[in-house]
Amino acid sequence: MEKELRLMKGNEAFAEAVIRAGADGYFGYPITPQSEVMEYLMAQKPEEQTGMIVLQAESEVASINMLYGGAGCGKRVLTSSSSPGISLMQEGLSYLAGAELPCLIMNAARGGPGLGTIQPGQADYFQSVKGGGHGDYRIIVIAPASVQEMYDSAKIGFDLAFKYRTPVLVLTDGATGQMMEKVYIGEQHPRLTEEEIKEKYPWATTGKSGGRERNIITSLDLDPYRHERHNIKLQEKYKTIEENEVVFEEINIEDADYAIVAYGTTSRICQKTMQLAREKGIKLGIFRLISLWPFPKKEIRELSKKVKGILCVEMSAGQMIEDVRLNSVDGAHIQHYGRMGGVIPSPTEIFDFFEKNYIKD
Amino acid sequence: MTEEIIIAGFGGQGVLSMGKILAYSGIMQDQEVSWMPSYGPEMRGGTANVTVILSDERISSPILTHYDTAIILNQQSMDKFESSVKPGGILLYDPNGISHHPERTDINIYQVEANAEAAKLGLMKIFNMIVLGGYMKVKPVVKLENVIKGLKKSLPERYHHMIPDNERAITTGMGIVKQIREV
Repeated sequence: MEKELRLMKGNEAFAEAVIRAGADGYFGYPITPQSEVMEYLMAQKPEEQTGMIVLQAESEVASINMLYGGAGCGKRVLTSSSSPGISLMQEGLSYLAGAELPCLIMNAARGGPGLGTIQPGQADYFQSVKGGGHGDYRIIVIAPASVQEMYDSAKIGFDLAFKYRTPVLVLTDGATGQMMEKVYIGEQHPRLTEEEIKEKYPWATTGKSGGRERNIITSLDLDPYRHERHNIKLQEKYKTIEENEVVFEEINIEDADYAIVAYGTTSRICQKTMQLAREKGIKLGIFRLISLWPFPKKEIRELSKKVKGILCVEMSAGQMIEDVRLNSVDGAHIQHYGRMGGVIPSPTEIFDFFEKNYIKD
Repeated sequence: MTEEIIIAGFGGQGVLSMGKILAYSGIMQDQEVSWMPSYGPEMRGGTANVTVILSDERISSPILTHYDTAIILNQQSMDKFESSVKPGGILLYDPNGISHHPERTDINIYQVEANAEAAKLGLMKIFNMIVLGGYMKVKPVVKLENVIKGLKKSLPERYHHMIPDNERAITTGMGIVKQIREV
């Protein structure tokens, strides 16, 4: 079947993709720069096509707790927001992780802290990958860098969420959310029936049927030893995810003397920087993170052995760089270049910084 | 071939939709495209701009600081973007409301009096299409037939009766664009 080609914003592509991925419900609260997600969903009226519910909740706190309820029933549920709204959801995310509930969250991040600005930012890295809520938990974080990848992230995200019974965060920013590019629209996956949910997700609270133990979905256990066992089980799950779900892209790394490590929007901008460097005969490559957690620990270690220097480019004061440093060999030359508060770095200013600090010194 | 364009003016002049039509036209001729709007405070305060890239290759950065072509529709945008045209590139502008005309001597400068022409025709809504026609004349990266195809694809059917007016506006723009400076 030939795929349908459309010109869409990243936010719209993500919204279309969740319908196509067979989502059961979207619960959200508007905030720039991702309001197009709910606008698009409302306009499409998926309840008339697939039966998917689209609901504007009274707040972000309500949205994330609606996810808890929906996910507990084995439904494919999601929300989207931008940085300040995602902060409000952190308590709920901790509960979802603790109760091992699958769900999808999209953050079209903006500059912070606080209300910050409505322009793009990448300063939510720590919050996303280190556990923005309380307790020992991790969530899978994937970072698309194009409108097509925004589309693809919906199905990938839901599949991972249910495979591991964990929240999955799609971390993008205002630039990729607002940008329009070509996108190929895939097939419509049907929503699961109640029977299919019962069969595929025996843990879900679908109504106690004869013969089986009662399913309990909770993050609370007052017996510390039993709760420690639950924590150990979670940590084992996270270890499995770290072993199996690392995703990255290498662009011209093969012959590279230097590498830029970046993700999302900045990884696109840096491809232009790479072109500028290569035009001058400097072998610069890009290591692009796609899964931010799990982090490509081994690959970054190998990269740090191979190249003469690594430049981390982020729209932040330097957050991802901490993970790059942690996993690199001792003595590796690693520096940060970034802009903050909603300012997007240009390919040329990144090149100028790189040339000054890596080539001329 | 890669063409990197900035279109800048006031909100309401059709800056973003002109960019969208260019992007659609690029798709119609099998190119890679990106459309990156200003969505921030400047949009809320009046000025709007969009970066459009059409390319035969995978597009790297959708965000740029230097452009092959700048299409300028107000003074604020002239002040901001005149310096961002690559040497040898094109600056196309509508002189309406421009008090400080471009001064660079290393770029090709064109004028299209789209505002005056649209007023004369009594069709202010097609102002941006006159500008687009001017651009298509001085830099024929998109073909008229692909623009029309793109319009058909991007507009809901209830607006298709307006496509002939848009086509006429493009042709008008092609006719009235004039060169001010050549490198």
